Amino acid sequence: MDLQTLQSKARAVRRDIITMTSKAGAGHPGGSLSCTDALVALYFEIMKGVDPKNDKDPNRDRFVLSKGHAAPALYGTLCERGYFGPEEFDHFRQLHGILQGHPDIKKCPGVDASTGSLGQGISIAVGMALGAKHTGNKCHVYTVIGDGESQEGLVWEASMAAAHYKLDNLTVILDHNGMQIDGTNDEVMSLGDIKAKAVAFGYDVIEVADGNDMQQVLDALRAPACPGKPRYILLNTLKGKGVSFMEGQVGWHGKAPNAEQAAQALKELEG
Amino acid sequence: MEKKATRVAYGEALVKLGEANDKVVVLDADLSNATMTNAFKKAYPERFFDCGIAEADMVDMAAGMSTMGLIPFCSTFAVFAGRSYDQIRNGVCYPHFNVKFGFSHAGITLGEDGGSHQAIEDLALMRVLPGMTVLVPSDANETYQCVEAAAKIDGPVYIRTCRLPTPVYDPRPFTVGKGNVIKDGSDLVIFTCGVMLEHTLNAVEELAKKGINAALVCFHTIKPFDDELAIQYAVKCKKVFTVEEHSVIGGLGDAVAPLLIGKGVETFKKIGINDEFGQSGKPADLLVEYGLTGPQIAETICSSL
Repeated sequence: MDLQTLQSKARAVRRDIITMTSKAGAGHPGGSLSCTDALVALYFEIMKGVDPKNDKDPNRDRFVLSKGHAAPALYGTLCERGYFGPEEFDHFRQLHGILQGHPDIKKCPGVDASTGSLGQGISIAVGMALGAKHTGNKCHVYTVIGDGESQEGLVWEASMAAAHYKLDNLTVILDHNGMQIDGTNDEVMSLGDIKAKAVAFGYDVIEVADGNDMQQVLDALRAPACPGKPRYILLNTLKGKGVSFMEGQVGWHGKAPNAEQAAQALKELEG
Repeated sequence: MEKKATRVAYGEALVKLGEANDKVVVLDADLSNATMTNAFKKAYPERFFDCGIAEADMVDMAAGMSTMGLIPFCSTFAVFAGRSYDQIRNGVCYPHFNVKFGFSHAGITLGEDGGSHQAIEDLALMRVLPGMTVLVPSDANETYQCVEAAAKIDGPVYIRTCRLPTPVYDPRPFTVGKGNVIKDGSDLVIFTCGVMLEHTLNAVEELAKKGINAALVCFHTIKPFDDELAIQYAVKCKKVFTVEEHSVIGGLGDAVAPLLIGKGVETFKKIGINDEFGQSGKPADLLVEYGLTGPQIAETICSSL
């Protein structure tokens, strides 16, 4: 898929994020918009065996949204990829809907792990990669984690295990938008030198200057694996990316746009 | 009578299971010499995964491994059920992944390590999780049966084992969710589970000396509970006692209690750890301290009649 088409898909997913959070009157648009480009790159270009008609193919690459509150980005991506229709957005966060507040493997097609309790997704992804190696499954496991999430000790327990078991079939992607519910990372709990920490934990680290630039994201995801080492892609992203009044604003972490705001956002995301 | 700790039987059962089923993998958190998974590690090193001292990570790693068609058995101390509870809840039970938990060193009979390590709450924690099967083997033979049965269940299973060597009884019929009548009786009934079987058997003998004909029913499955059998004996005997090496809050006693409403039961008492933590000591001394020896159980029962 060419770059322009992927960028267009990313805009479509961003519109989906606005649409579903606005309709639900709830959800997490800020951190969904910041990781949209990575999810589109994965599902439309990078991951092998992605097939809405056969979403349980044992040989497919796996994806775990460890920062499960960014569910709107995953749901938008899965919808654009054909796993379900946009009519499901009407039921996002609603009773009996398949699009739960956080991804649910039992309800939503295409979801590989139920997440939402931060820190757990990356640990589950490590188990998937270890299980794949053990069973001779050649699939690759991708997980997107948050920077606020990286304050959870479990992220580092999992990272230690990934390096210990030499999981070069695992790619951890950090959506580093620098913000969390109560403020910036530095205001709440400084991450320090997160890149140095990832290196110290045994990852092969690639830093992406603009994690919302599709070409830069693709280049990082296409980089050949480093034998015997798990991959860590540090995406420097912008919270609320693509919607002028949400960009770089902590307040849009867990707040839905009203009808007027949604209309303006959708206009900005046209094309 | 031969004595063997249920944790030892757990280790043996895993080796046997591993031989029959190559999907079985074992995870441990640096306690393989205590949980007795070291035998599996020796027999099938390529299927043994040490997760280091990181119980929460062990549970989620097992969750991930189960999605690749493997049947992971997580092994650590029962007290760490609390430490890894969010992972057991959200990582395993919420998606209903096929992960087993063989948690050992439960209860005060852990002994000298003391209250920080004596799980008296694990059954309460596990019972309340939707889709979790909760097994408490009372001896080595029942442990073998529990491990074998756990592997056949498609979903999460918790198996509680203990450190203290306890009597090995003749194998009994085993169906998950069904209790076993150890001794029939008519004056009162004792419901028990796990390693308290030995002491309730002693209590039944003590009661017999006083001319009291007690029934004894042992439940290796706390969830799904054998409501039918419990109600049958409660209705028949009218005086009901539960005995467990667990807090009287949230365990076997509380699985039984709601069943008794409207059944004409005259007396009901939960015997166990009375809402307090344990402490260091020899297992035998601790059983006396907390009133869980046969004669003490019989005495408590008599004082309630």
